[in-house]
Amino acid sequence: MEKPILLDCRGIWKLYGAGAQDAYKRHGGALSSEQIRSEGLVGAVRDATVQIRQGEIFVIMGLSGSGKSTLVRCLSRLIEPTAGEILFEGRDLLSMTDKEMIDIRRRKMGMVFQHFALLPHLTVLQNAAFPLEVQGVPRAKREARAREVIELVGLKGREAYYPRQLSGGQQQRVGIARSLAVEPDLWFLDEPFSALDPLIRREMQDEFLRLQGMLHKTIVFITHDFDEAIRLADHIAVMKDGRVVQVATPEELVLNPATEYVGEFTRHVPRSKVLTLRSVMTPGAPEGEMAGDLPQTQRIEAVADQIEASALPFRVVNAEGDVVGSIGRQAVIDVLIGRKPAP
Amino acid sequence: MTGLRDHLPGRNGWFWLALFAATWLLSRYSWDIYKAYDARWIIKYPSAYILPVEARISAFMRWLVEDAGFGLFSFRDVTRFISTLIEIPYDFMRDLLIDGFSSGLGNAAVQIAPPLSWIAIIVTLVAMGHYARDWKLAALIGACFLYLAVFGQWNSAMVTLASVLIAVPIGSVGGLLLGIMAYRSPLFERLLRPLLDLMQTVPVFAYLVPILFLFGFGPVAALVATIIYAMPPMVRVTIVALHGVPNETRDVGVMVGCTRRQMMWKVIVPSAAPTLMVGVNQVIMLSLNMVIIASMIGAGGLGFDVLSALRRLDIGGGIEAGLAIVVMAIALDRLSQAFASRNAQAYAPGRDRNLFQRHPWLATVLLVMICTYLLSHVSPVLQAYPDAATVSTGAFWSDFMGYINVHFFDVFETIKGALLSYLLLPVKRFFVGIPWPWGIMVMTLIGWRAGGLGLAALTGTLTALIAMVGLWDKAMITVYLCGVSVLIASAIGIPMGIMAAQNDTANRVVGSFIDTLQTLPSFVYLIPVVMLFRVGDFSAMIAVVLYAMAPAVRYAAHGIRSVDPQLVEAGLVSGCTPRQVLWRIKLPMAIPELLLGLNQTIMLALSMLVITALVGTRDLGQEVYIALTKANSGQGIVAGLAVAFIAIVADRILSATASRMRRKMGLEQ
Repeated sequence: MEKPILLDCRGIWKLYGAGAQDAYKRHGGALSSEQIRSEGLVGAVRDATVQIRQGEIFVIMGLSGSGKSTLVRCLSRLIEPTAGEILFEGRDLLSMTDKEMIDIRRRKMGMVFQHFALLPHLTVLQNAAFPLEVQGVPRAKREARAREVIELVGLKGREAYYPRQLSGGQQQRVGIARSLAVEPDLWFLDEPFSALDPLIRREMQDEFLRLQGMLHKTIVFITHDFDEAIRLADHIAVMKDGRVVQVATPEELVLNPATEYVGEFTRHVPRSKVLTLRSVMTPGAPEGEMAGDLPQTQRIEAVADQIEASALPFRVVNAEGDVVGSIGRQAVIDVLIGRKPAP
Repeated sequence: MTGLRDHLPGRNGWFWLALFAATWLLSRYSWDIYKAYDARWIIKYPSAYILPVEARISAFMRWLVEDAGFGLFSFRDVTRFISTLIEIPYDFMRDLLIDGFSSGLGNAAVQIAPPLSWIAIIVTLVAMGHYARDWKLAALIGACFLYLAVFGQWNSAMVTLASVLIAVPIGSVGGLLLGIMAYRSPLFERLLRPLLDLMQTVPVFAYLVPILFLFGFGPVAALVATIIYAMPPMVRVTIVALHGVPNETRDVGVMVGCTRRQMMWKVIVPSAAPTLMVGVNQVIMLSLNMVIIASMIGAGGLGFDVLSALRRLDIGGGIEAGLAIVVMAIALDRLSQAFASRNAQAYAPGRDRNLFQRHPWLATVLLVMICTYLLSHVSPVLQAYPDAATVSTGAFWSDFMGYINVHFFDVFETIKGALLSYLLLPVKRFFVGIPWPWGIMVMTLIGWRAGGLGLAALTGTLTALIAMVGLWDKAMITVYLCGVSVLIASAIGIPMGIMAAQNDTANRVVGSFIDTLQTLPSFVYLIPVVMLFRVGDFSAMIAVVLYAMAPAVRYAAHGIRSVDPQLVEAGLVSGCTPRQVLWRIKLPMAIPELLLGLNQTIMLALSMLVITALVGTRDLGQEVYIALTKANSGQGIVAGLAVAFIAIVADRILSATASRMRRKMGLEQ
C-alpha cells in the first residue's frame, strides 16, 4: 500500500575542488574522509541515497555544513553532482539536456528559498506570476493564476506591493505562492522558515501544513531545526558531514536512533509529540468495557486529553478498522512525563 | 609602548631610511658625479638608445587612416560609419533642444519647427525631479535650470546638454553590454581588465590625439572621446553589480526554467538595477567632466565658453560659464542619484482613471510642450528666454577678482613665494636630480619590498620604459608635482576626514563640502586658481590639491568609522583618553584604509595634473598637450602611457602594501 517513488536518488556524491571527478573515478567511487582530504577536496555530499514517495513530506535535517542544502541542489540539478543517479518519475534527471531540464522545471518543480529570493523590481503579483511569464503564458491568464495562489497563501489585497514593503513572513508567503504558481509535482523548500523569527516560524509551519492538507504535493523540505522536522515530516533523513546517517519516520527516529549523533537530537524531544498509539499501546484485542476507538496512527499529544479524561481505556484500531490493541491512562501519563513506556 | 626603542626604526625602517639617504645623496650630487667622471648618461638617458615608439605609432596611425582596409571597406569607412551613427541622434537632439528643425542647408535653410521652448524643458526636468523623489529635488532642479536661463547661459547649456544626452545612453548601454560579456565569459573579463585599468589611468588628453586624427575636429570627435572616457566605470560597476546578485536569486531563475536570455534580462539585470544606476550616475558625471576638455577637439557649448574665456584670460566670462557647468552638474547628479534610489510607490489600483490621472506628469509635460509651441507664435518670450531679461555676472566677477588682486596681492605672493621656495623647489630638485638608473633600481626595490618579485618586475619594467622612451625628466616633474600635491591634499584631507568621523556636525559640513567638490568638473578648479595665482607650477598644484582632496577625506572618515567598536571600547575600559583612543587604536587600525585613500588621491592628482598643462607646467601633461595641438598621435600616446605607467606603479605598490597590512592585522585572509 506504499505510495510509488517519485524521486529516487542513489549514491549521490558532490565533491568540491580541482579534479574532483578524476579523484572520484580513481578511487572507484568510494572515498574515505582521509582520501578526500588528501586529494585536497571537500566532500559536501557523500554517497547519499534517499527515496521520496508521492505525496509525502520528506525532510532533510542537518546542522549547517552537513550538506543538506547541497544535496537538495543536486536533486534539483541546481548543482551538478559529481556522481550518482537521480530518477524523477523513472527518468534519469542527470542525463537530461538543458532544454529538457528547463521543461521539467517549468512544469514539474517548484522551489522556495531561505532568503525568499523575491525579485525586487516586481510587485507581489508579478513575482507570483513570474514562473508563468517565463513560460510565455499570456498576461491575463498568468495574473489570474497568480491571484489564486496569492489568495491561497493569504496575501489577498497586497498584490500591488513591492517585496520590500512586506514583513519577512509575508515575503516568504509570496515565495511560496510563486513556487506554487505552476502547480509543481515536486516541491522543494530550502530552509523556508529559518530566516523568520520563532513566532512567525510556528505560524508559517501551520500554514504550510494547511496548504499541504489541500494540495498533497510531494515535498522535499530542508531544515536545521529538529523540532520543525518532526513536526512536519512523514520521513526524515538526518545528515552529518555530507552523509545521510538515518532515514526514518519521526517516531522510529525517536525510538531507535541509529547513531549517538541522532540520539543527541532526539533525547530532548517530547515523546508525546512523536509517538503514535501503535508504539505505546498494549497489543492484542482487549477485554472488558472500553471508552471508544482510536486510530493507531494518532500521535499521543493529539489524544492525551481524551484518554486521560476517561476512566476506561480505549481500543486502538488500524486503518481497516480491526482492533490491534488498547491504551489506557497509565501509558499516556508515562509518555507525557518521560517515563520509559511499558513494553 | 613609549620606550625609546619604539621610536627607533625597526629593521624595515632602517632599510627605507638608508634607501632614502642614498637616493638623496645621489640626487644632490648627481651633477658633480657627472662632471667628475664625465658620464653624462648618469643624468640624461642617452638619446641614441631612445626607443622609436613615437614615430612607429604615428606611422601606424597614418597607415590606419590612409591605407588600412578590410577588403570590402577601408578603415576610414568604419570611422565614417561610426561618425554618422553618432551624428544623427546628436543633430536631432540639438535641433530639439536649441537649433530647431529645418530643411535645406546654409542660407537656404527653412525652419520647419522651432526647438522646445525653454519653459517646456524646465517643466520636463522639474517633472523628472518630482517623479524621481520629491518636490524638494524638483525645486532644486528647476532652480538650477532657471539659473542657466536667467544668467544667459541657456544656449550653450543646451548644446552641452545635447551632447550629454547622447553620450550618456551610448556610454551606459555600451558599458552594460561589455560588462555582461565580461560577466558571462571569464576569458573576456581577463582580457578586458587591463584595458580598463589603462583607460582609466591614461590621461584623457592622450586619447584625444588619436581621436582627433581619426574623426577630425568637431562634435563627433568630442562625443567619441567623451564616451570612451565615461564608459570604463560603467563596465566595472556592471561586472560588480551582476556578480553581486545573490545566488538564491539566480537559483530562482533556474528553477522557474529561465532560458539564458531570460535569466540575464528578466532576473539578473533587473535585480542589479540599483547598483547599475550608480554606474549611470558615474557616466553622467564623467561626461560633464569631459565637457571642457572635449571642447578642445570641437565640442561647443559651455565647455567651449570656459576654454575660450581661459585663453582670453576673461575672468568674468570664465567664471560664469564655469558656474553654469557646475550648476548643471549638480542638477544632473542629484537627479540621477534620485533615480538610482527611487522607491516605487505601492500602486493603488483604481478603475475609472484617465490618462491625466494615471500619468499626471507625462500629461502635464505634453500639455506644456504643446501650449508653448502654439503660443510661441504669439509671444516669442515663450519660445526663448528674452535676452533683455538676462543678468550677466561677468562684470561682477571681474571686479571681484580685481578687488582681491588689488588688496590681497601681497598676501598671495608671500604665500606663493614661501611655498615655492621651501617646498616645491626643493622637492623638484630632489626628484629631477635622481639619476635615472638609480631611479629604476629604487622602484624595483620598492616593488620587491611591497609585493615580492612579480611586483618588482612590473615596477622595474614600467619605470625603465619611461626612461627608454626618453621621457624621464618630464616624468620626474610629474612625480614631483603629483607628490607635493598629494602631500598637501593628504595633510588637509586626512585631518578633515578624522574630524568628520569623530563628530556628526563636522561630518555633515565636510560631507557636503566634499560632495560639492566632487561634482565639479576638474577643469573648473583651474579658473579661480589662474585668476589668483596666474600660470605656473604653483597654480597647478593648488588646482590638483583641490581636485584630489576628496578621496583623502572620504577614506580617512570611512577608515576611522569602520574600526571595530569593541576595540574602541576595550581602549576606553583600559582608561585611554579620547586622544589616546584616536592615536593608539583608531589611527593604526585605519592605516590600510588611509593607504587606499592615498592611492585614490594619487590617481586623481595625476589625472588633474595633465589638465594643468594648460596653466603652463613642464611635465608629461604638457607633452600630451603639445601633441594635441600638433595632432601628433605618437607623441600623445607615448606621453599618455608614461603617465599611466606612473599611475599603475603607484597603484600596485600602495594596494600591495595595504593588503599586506590588512593581512597582518587579521582584517583579511
